[in-house]
Amino acid sequence: MTAPVLRVQNLVKEYGEGDARVRALRGVNLDVEQGDYVAIMGASGSGKSTLMNILGCLDVPTTGRYLIDGADVGQLDEHQLAKLRNRRVGFVFQSFNLIPRMSALANVELPLVYGGVGQAERRRRALAALEQVGLSDRIHHEPNQLSGGQQQRVAVARALITAPALLLADEPTGNLDTASTQDVLEIMDRLSESGRTIVLITHENDVAAHAKRVIRLVDGAIVEDVRQGPIDGPPPRMAEVAR
Amino acid sequence: MNQFEVLRFALRGLLANKMRSSLTTLGILIGVAAVIMLVAVGEGSSQSIQKNIQRLGANTLTISQSFAGGGGGGGAFGRGGGGGAPGGVQQNTGPRTQARELSLADAKALTDKTVAPSVKSVSPVVTASSAATTYGAASHSIAQLVGTYPSYFEATNKPVTKGTYFFNDDVLAARKIVVLGQTVVEELFGTLDPIGRQVTVSGVPFTVVGVLKETGSTGGQDADDVAIAPLPAVQQSLTGFGSLNSIVVQASGSTATESAQSEVTAILNQRHGITGTASADFRILNQATLQETVSAATGTFTVLLGAVAAISLLVGGIGITNIMLVTVTERTREIGIRKAIGAPRSAILGQFLMEATLLSLVGGLSGVLVAFLGTRFTVAGIQPVLVPSSVALALGVSVGIGLFFGSYPANRAAKLRPIQALRHE
Repeated sequence: MTAPVLRVQNLVKEYGEGDARVRALRGVNLDVEQGDYVAIMGASGSGKSTLMNILGCLDVPTTGRYLIDGADVGQLDEHQLAKLRNRRVGFVFQSFNLIPRMSALANVELPLVYGGVGQAERRRRALAALEQVGLSDRIHHEPNQLSGGQQQRVAVARALITAPALLLADEPTGNLDTASTQDVLEIMDRLSESGRTIVLITHENDVAAHAKRVIRLVDGAIVEDVRQGPIDGPPPRMAEVAR
Repeated sequence: MNQFEVLRFALRGLLANKMRSSLTTLGILIGVAAVIMLVAVGEGSSQSIQKNIQRLGANTLTISQSFAGGGGGGGAFGRGGGGGAPGGVQQNTGPRTQARELSLADAKALTDKTVAPSVKSVSPVVTASSAATTYGAASHSIAQLVGTYPSYFEATNKPVTKGTYFFNDDVLAARKIVVLGQTVVEELFGTLDPIGRQVTVSGVPFTVVGVLKETGSTGGQDADDVAIAPLPAVQQSLTGFGSLNSIVVQASGSTATESAQSEVTAILNQRHGITGTASADFRILNQATLQETVSAATGTFTVLLGAVAAISLLVGGIGITNIMLVTVTERTREIGIRKAIGAPRSAILGQFLMEATLLSLVGGLSGVLVAFLGTRFTVAGIQPVLVPSSVALALGVSVGIGLFFGSYPANRAAKLRPIQALRHE
């Protein structure tokens, strides 16, 4: 077995000082293998978003180690971190976080721009990524001309374009209606089937049902870790449909 | 991430807020245009003054009578009457003496090559102002009728375009001939050729032998409204054989004006009996010193104008900082997104610095353009002269201002942690 894509050891995150100190994470240990599809569940305030931000290298832990593909994130400098965010991690946000006044295509291309990929190559890969999420007919629309579901699909395409080792999704369906939620989850399932490692956060059981593994967080600690499907198999919902 | 991409992002950022960007640009535009324009106006006025001085003749000293002082040494020479020291407070304790007037003998004394080796020529001058002149039915009042020697033409830089000068023979014979300025010719003769025709100056007939080259009017005074005739002819018919109005001395070279001045001073001091502390009863106007003084004065003037304009450039620069700070605050979330998808710090820094620089560069370039257009017009009677160094300086400073004033907001944007930026509402 190769090194896990994600390895989290004794992760602690504290906010505030003195009496106002809040322990958002109290020693989390977690390994995520290549190809796994993990859903992290928990009530609001359970620390799941904090964990996600640390996994996405957007925030730094107070103590503890965090490795992506065997590389210790705590040891990296600012420039290397930017590179890591760019190449290894794809992030999908609850609130989409597309850049306003930039077309869907330009938004999807953006990570490649920072990655130093040439114009023609960028265009080709962005079009392919948009096709993958079924938005080939919306490439020149700006975010405010797209529905929530379409925006989130653009965001997924943007997260995927650098072919990252890890796709992180922070409540990707939190702001979406049922139909759009289904669209996005289908895309996630397909990605998982094609071998992409996915970690997503949700508080909906329906969404968690798509994952191969479900982890429950309560008060900043893991209380439950359930496997719903094999790592190298298709995600559970797709397996059901196939049956 | 190459420079082109940075430029593209910066342009996109600026175009997203066209009104704001153009107003900020306007601030820099006004600053740069003001610097260039005001320096050009300063330079233009300086040059026009210099030209006026030069038109008076190169390397010349003009000696005129001074009523401010009085000869103290030769008290016995005091002459009654005359217009000496009007209202002047006499500071000497000795007997009040009259300032001596400049005489033809003074002028002759200055030509002595052994005492005054730096003097090239000496032209005694008498002037009659508003000399009524007629030719046929036409009449004109000449602003300045000058009676002098032929060397005057060279010393005061007044070449003849048509006809001839008058010569020493004409002076000795006191011939009634005259060289006219362009304005006088136009007034009296219109399109006729004036050479050889006779005009009547205050009732005395003079024959026109030449026409002076046009010099153009300067600062309200028409330098072409002039007529020059042999000294004795003017004295005989118009001014009488009294004192001279002035003596024009031409030095032998541009380096010799100082020594010529001291030689002239020495000779005249001796002749007018001025010794020790007594102030001279004549005044020497040195073209070179005058020019230096004037250029120093106009230089200060130009610097002052430039400094005032520079302040507006500074204000424009602060405008850029202000707008960039607003932009960074407003786009904090966007910065967070960019960082989350892997934008390195340098890319964020580059984008905002580029935005600030573009604002100032566009403002600077259009400021230069406006200044170029502006200097084509005459401002308050002065033709502005574009100073290339001021253009380079203003542009350079405006771009520098963009970089300098943009670096603070840009740095602030680049330093933000992604999570802080993303949480920003």
